[in-house]
Amino acid sequence: MAKIGVFICHCGENIASKVDCNKLATSIGEHPGVAVALDYKYFCSDPGQERLKKAIKENNLTGVVVAACSPMMHEATFRKACAEAGLNPYLCEIANIREQCSWVHTDYDMATQKAMEITRSMVEKVKRNNKLQPIEVPVTRRALVIGGGIAGIQAALDIANAGQQVVLVEREPSLGGHMAQLSETFPTLDCSQCIMTPRMVEASQHPNIRLLTYAEIESVDGYIGNFQVRIRMKARYVDMSTCTGCGDCITKCPTKKISSEFDCGMGKRTAIYTPFAQSVPNIPVIDKASCTYFKNGKCKVCMKSCELNSINFDMQDEFIDLDFGAIVVATGFQVQDNSVYGEYGYGKYKDVINGLQFERLASASGPTSGKILRPSDGKEPENIVFIQCAGSRDCSKGVRYCSKICCMYTAKHSMLYAHKVHGGIAQIFYMDIRAAGKGYDEFTRRAIEEDKAAYFRGRVSKVWQENGKLMVRGVDTLLGKPVVIAADMVVLATAMVPQPDAKDFAKTIGIGYDEYGFFNEAHLKLRPVESSTAGVFLAGACQSPKDIPDSVAQASASASKVLALFSKDKLEREPVVASNNETTCAGCWGCVLACPYNAIEKKDILDRSGKVIKRVASVNPGLCQGCGTCVTFCRSNSLDLAGFTEKQIFAEVMAL
Amino acid sequence: MSESFEPKIIAFVCTYCTYTGADLAGTSRLKYAPNVRIIRLPCTGRISPMFILKALQQGADGILVSGCHPGDCHFTHGNYHARRRWMVFRTLLDFTGIPSERIKFSWISAAEGHKFAELINSVTDDIRKLGPFDQYKNLIRETEAPATL
Repeated sequence: MAKIGVFICHCGENIASKVDCNKLATSIGEHPGVAVALDYKYFCSDPGQERLKKAIKENNLTGVVVAACSPMMHEATFRKACAEAGLNPYLCEIANIREQCSWVHTDYDMATQKAMEITRSMVEKVKRNNKLQPIEVPVTRRALVIGGGIAGIQAALDIANAGQQVVLVEREPSLGGHMAQLSETFPTLDCSQCIMTPRMVEASQHPNIRLLTYAEIESVDGYIGNFQVRIRMKARYVDMSTCTGCGDCITKCPTKKISSEFDCGMGKRTAIYTPFAQSVPNIPVIDKASCTYFKNGKCKVCMKSCELNSINFDMQDEFIDLDFGAIVVATGFQVQDNSVYGEYGYGKYKDVINGLQFERLASASGPTSGKILRPSDGKEPENIVFIQCAGSRDCSKGVRYCSKICCMYTAKHSMLYAHKVHGGIAQIFYMDIRAAGKGYDEFTRRAIEEDKAAYFRGRVSKVWQENGKLMVRGVDTLLGKPVVIAADMVVLATAMVPQPDAKDFAKTIGIGYDEYGFFNEAHLKLRPVESSTAGVFLAGACQSPKDIPDSVAQASASASKVLALFSKDKLEREPVVASNNETTCAGCWGCVLACPYNAIEKKDILDRSGKVIKRVASVNPGLCQGCGTCVTFCRSNSLDLAGFTEKQIFAEVMAL
Repeated sequence: MSESFEPKIIAFVCTYCTYTGADLAGTSRLKYAPNVRIIRLPCTGRISPMFILKALQQGADGILVSGCHPGDCHFTHGNYHARRRWMVFRTLLDFTGIPSERIKFSWISAAEGHKFAELINSVTDDIRKLGPFDQYKNLIRETEAPATL
């Protein structure tokens, strides 16, 4: 015979002001199977929990319903209290009469009535709850960090420095990401590579970090603590074990006119190349699409020039299978394709470039060795027009969000330009100056006051060429006048967008993404570095536009989450998993098709002589995540989901 | 039907998106009609058509099914299964004569407290206009025996 205790919380006035808790206790107390019904001001408080525990012991309760706030809030609290009173914690359920009742309704009687029904429904459910035990799963103490930009490097170093093993995967031939492409960084104007390359070297030499560059994630299986990942090592055509990075092959390569990705098309590279001089590892790769040998079957100049015989044209992609306990996703961003702005002439006029291209021009390691020169004729521009929000905050063509870094880097560009080209005039069109960050507003003030950047509040409508100049027509909304400027160069502060394959990648790894393709965090405010999939964490601009300090901070936060996970030998998981009645299972395998986790296997039932008499479905509780999709698929009602059984749900429905 | 008819609506929602969205509506102190009773499930993939039929049989005037937006399912694709199941089930309902407009299917994310409140109001209005659903009740009354599972 069920002996259910119902505990109705006033939550101060939060519930009691809209629900008659006393009446609720009296009437639910008369419900069949309810042994005790109490109301109290705060059941989550220590004295409240003591009352609950005392009632469990005194009445020898077989189940508990706490009618209070959302289960997201205090389910864990009350289940723990039940366990302390000797009741299996899974015999406790929460009736949500705050978030979904008292807070959203104004009519006292109707809210009381609704609270009554919600509570009664939960009582009927709890009568059918089973004692469950949490599932223990082992933890593989090795972390996978995907993406070798500053966020990925930071996360990998933090985890490795705490003594845990890390595999850092980067799809480009070198670590570095976008930060390696930058010239100098706001708000301190320190050289990006000077602060970046020591980190890259540290990551590559760390005894706890295994670095896999020119590699991509092929597949991810498993779950928190136990991921199985297949990594594709793309063929470099250069033997990493023997190559010393002398660079003879690069010097000799006859194909020299390939547009450099690292220089954003502003410079050239060879077919066998390292992306930039400080590449880590400093081992070249052969770009198969451009290589003369791969195209025509003749050349092999690099092979002849290599004294160590490191070049191997027969190399194939290889796969590495590894187990991981946690994954940090730090796959970064791309800059938006500016061709959406036909009126700005990007792609049509050589001297209209984007912010990242300007970084390469200003970088000492860039195609002009840090001199600001016009791409069209190599002359120093006498003035440059910068157009902010070229893509960001533009619903019609670009993206609705603010890319966060453009105000700052445009101010930085204007300063770099003023420092490098004396007398050069920087004119900036902006919508708002968003300089929230430590030292950021001071930085933009410096650009305006010391380096004489001229800011025009307004949009640009058109850029066209006239007499060798780029004519920029915009508006100065503060003066209320149209402006036409004859410029030598135009720089667009392009929006940050997700990687083009971000959505496919999210599906591979099993995490959520937003309408743009940025990865979703588990909770925007309270769980900003966790993805919706347990054991997968986010770092850097793959989640949303971020500057370097934010990316680094998030990377360290992710690393600390990983380390917390690795601090235990075993993980406890909610026992909400499916199970199968093998007697009634007909082996139709509908569940196998439905399961998103491949958690259902086919199992042979043998007779005494070892002969297979039947094949049935069998759920691996380690893999099952408890969605219950298979249960609904099951035609013979053999499958059921612990915690949400058919009986429990029907009982809930029937009590309403 | 009388003006004062208050429909009873049962909502089957997933815990990760819509239930959390409903909590957000509460945390944001949005007000909405008190006609909906929520049954929390791990995923919309868990929702069996039988639950819906049972709820209608028990006297519900309308049903709401809501989960994560396509692509956002916590369990990667439980909501796609729910959607496919619903497409088939709707045809079956129309065939059997149970008016499928009494059942609403929707996507509400954990961040859409506002949308949840609006949805509850619009569903309540719609069902109120349809009037009480007494097909099963009449049937039960006529046979004078409670239907069993």
